[in-house]
Amino acid sequence: MKVLGFIIVCLTGALLLYGTGEFPDWGDPASPASTHLSNDYIEKVVEQTQVPNLVTAVLADYRGFDTMFETAVVFCAGLACFLLLRDFREKKERFYRHTPTGVILHVKDSKKILKTGKEFEHMDKDWVPTDLIIKTVCRILIPFIQIYALYVVAHGDFSPGGGFQGGVIFGSSLILLAISYDLKTLVQRVKEKVLGIFAAVGVLVYVGIAAICMPMGGNFLDYAALAPLLPGDPHHIRALGMLGVEIGVGIAVTAVMVIIYVNIVSEGRHDEGL
Amino acid sequence: MDNYPALIVVTPLLAALLAGLAAWIKERLSYPIALIGLAISMFAAFKVLMQVMAQGTITYRMAGWAPPMGIEYSIDLLNAMVLMIVASIAFFNLIASYKSVVQETNDRAGSFYTIYLLFVTGLLGVTATGDLFNLYVLIEITSLTSYAMVALGDRDRGPLASLNYVFIGVIGASFYLLGVGYLYMQTGSLNMADVANILTGLHGSSTILVAFILCMIGIWIKMALFPMHVWLPNAYSYSPVAFARIVAPLMTKVMVYVMIRLMITVFGYDYIFETLNIADAVVWLATLAVLAGAIMALAQKNLKKMLTYIIVCEIGYMVGGAWIGNQLGMTGAILHILNDALMTFALFLAVGNMVYKLKTVDLIDLKGLFGKMPWTMAGFVLAAFSIIGVPPTCGFFSKWYLILGAFEAGAYHFAAALVISSLVCAVLFFKVFEICFFEPMSEGHGHGDLTPPVKIEEAPLSMLIVSGLVSLSLIVAGLYSGTIVNTVILPFLKLQ
Amino acid sequence: MEDLLALIVAKYNYWLYVVLMMIGLYAMIAKNNLIKKLVGMNIFQTAIILFYVSIGYKQDATIPIIQNAHGGQDAHNAVIHAADYINPLPHVLMLTAIVVSVATFGVAMALAVRIYQRYQTLEEDELRMRLVDIGPEE
Repeated sequence: MKVLGFIIVCLTGALLLYGTGEFPDWGDPASPASTHLSNDYIEKVVEQTQVPNLVTAVLADYRGFDTMFETAVVFCAGLACFLLLRDFREKKERFYRHTPTGVILHVKDSKKILKTGKEFEHMDKDWVPTDLIIKTVCRILIPFIQIYALYVVAHGDFSPGGGFQGGVIFGSSLILLAISYDLKTLVQRVKEKVLGIFAAVGVLVYVGIAAICMPMGGNFLDYAALAPLLPGDPHHIRALGMLGVEIGVGIAVTAVMVIIYVNIVSEGRHDEGL
Repeated sequence: MDNYPALIVVTPLLAALLAGLAAWIKERLSYPIALIGLAISMFAAFKVLMQVMAQGTITYRMAGWAPPMGIEYSIDLLNAMVLMIVASIAFFNLIASYKSVVQETNDRAGSFYTIYLLFVTGLLGVTATGDLFNLYVLIEITSLTSYAMVALGDRDRGPLASLNYVFIGVIGASFYLLGVGYLYMQTGSLNMADVANILTGLHGSSTILVAFILCMIGIWIKMALFPMHVWLPNAYSYSPVAFARIVAPLMTKVMVYVMIRLMITVFGYDYIFETLNIADAVVWLATLAVLAGAIMALAQKNLKKMLTYIIVCEIGYMVGGAWIGNQLGMTGAILHILNDALMTFALFLAVGNMVYKLKTVDLIDLKGLFGKMPWTMAGFVLAAFSIIGVPPTCGFFSKWYLILGAFEAGAYHFAAALVISSLVCAVLFFKVFEICFFEPMSEGHGHGDLTPPVKIEEAPLSMLIVSGLVSLSLIVAGLYSGTIVNTVILPFLKLQ
Repeated sequence: MEDLLALIVAKYNYWLYVVLMMIGLYAMIAKNNLIKKLVGMNIFQTAIILFYVSIGYKQDATIPIIQNAHGGQDAHNAVIHAADYINPLPHVLMLTAIVVSVATFGVAMALAVRIYQRYQTLEEDELRMRLVDIGPEE
């Protein structure tokens, strides 16, 4: 198998390298890719859409159809992880720790559930003593990370950013909660049903904004048709439409990041993890 | 109104999201939402087909921007025909799947319908689009949903089959993406019509040659052309039946459509058949695919696996027909997309009925089935005749065009392979018929005799009606083959 | 010799990406452990992303965010030279490709977890042996 793999790889590599023979030089401003379409984009985007960030403008407006399906791909990945891994059965064995003495009880029969409280606490199989510094620092940092994530989504029009980036940062703030405390804390605060609904709602916001343009007279995703609905300067309609879809993308990506993390780390049982 | 092209693709997507919401809030709503979504999509596909037949190619600009700055849907006769096939088969499969989904996924039916609708959205989008990168994104949606679905079937073997499918599928899609990258590097555009324009002046370039090879190899991997078919049998056999029924007829045929679209619209006949001289080699490869598929199907003991190898054989027909290079061959290939989708759908419907009642389809377990499930077996017999190529079923007509095209181009090896594989299919199916009709029903049905005898009766009415409709359509499609060829396929080919 | 050097300087980035792609492809085909195959898949897709992004580069050009265009008011007056900004289109395409690659990786990880739960191993030859032990297929 290794020899066969090596031969295939050499042949493919040779083919690809042969194809690079006629490539334009790296950084050549006169190459076809740099002259045919991109000049139109660079010169016309700001006057047509009022959005300085060219990448966001092309992503959410000119090629917004691609981005809609990309968000659907993200949603599908979250749904697939949920479907494949989610296991609703209760685990048979539990571990309890007697807080005053540090003695660990391993209960194999799940019918006896000890009351947790001051004396006994329920613990994961790989338990480490809680670290006060990590818990406190993360608890303070998480709101700031979330504000930064919202900032990144909202400023996607003017600086590097956008829905995907902001959504991932927001999702990572929730994952930080799971890592610094434990998975149960996250699962109790952010219920699975809420995450599932948010994932679908995020993509629905995108497709909904795009679909509303059709009865208003424009083509699908044509934000200019939304002008009667939104208050304000009609020149800014496209920028507002882009902001709307980016928010939808951010919501969906957040929810899916957390769904994927929780399901893979706990192997579907949502009780203990990293 | 003229938003129908967008509606075809957007309605299943909206329905998928609403069904996903409903799965968390009120699961019983998922199935009606899915049905309504697919019904609207089928209606829109029908309207688009009528419009295209009346007035020629329709173009639809997404977001209102003109190509090449924006993405454009350019729907001509070939597109419209394949869209109609995909939407109808998806709709009828949903009707037939209600009972088997409930049986196979128990409490997660809502999420199943969501992924099913996303898969159909991907297929419809692949067919309708006119932009090279949009094609890649939609191929990835199709692939991702099918990876998830394949793993949901057999508990033991499903995830492993799916992971192997993931690796090979990613290689295929990435090769296609690389090919588009090479094309973009030399042409600077991503719109199919625009690229075709620019390519007419670039025929001698090594970059374009490598781009063509990469795109073709990527698409061949995704359509399971021999020898890159290794993922197909495992993936389709171990997936849940409701999903195998739609992925087997549709996914590989849509990839054949993509290959024909790349060949005819993007690169053009002149480039492929005059500048490059590889058409002969590809026809030999297709011949090998046909023979290998037929021979490997002979060796199988499980009905589902046998049918998947027959699919490999059929893909060989279509690739060979497309690459033979004359109008007859291409007509045969395009007609075979329609016919093979219908035949495979009918076959898998029958197999689905059997799995619903019997829980397994090893050939030994099928003894005496004709007495117990007469209607299902009637549908199966019709579909089998169509695959063998017996007139007046539709399979005969597309094979006829393919053989005529092969003779006209001098590709006698391809014609011989066609005939041999038809004979092999006849042997295969008569073996199955013999087991089903003539052997008496055994008590413990099959191996071990440790399983309690399963009460076998005819499948539920919803599955039977769909199965009957589709089998009848095989004959109808056969009788109307001439009409289909003259009104849809030949006008499309004459425009190129 | 000078030609060769000029050729290398003009195109070395593409050759590097092709080498990276082939490393990833080799890992996907030839390695035994499923997780190593997944890592190879990631390397392969990332190399393709790098390849695309490098298409858009222009010498002496800056990132594709129009300067001095906050609020868009003065953008109408200012003249924008296309040579000052790099091509935004490959970046857009690769945003999509990165997201797709992450999604595929997530699903593949979920599959690997399922396989491990069932077979307790992630090596391909072990898996093949245990498949034979399960017995003939259903």
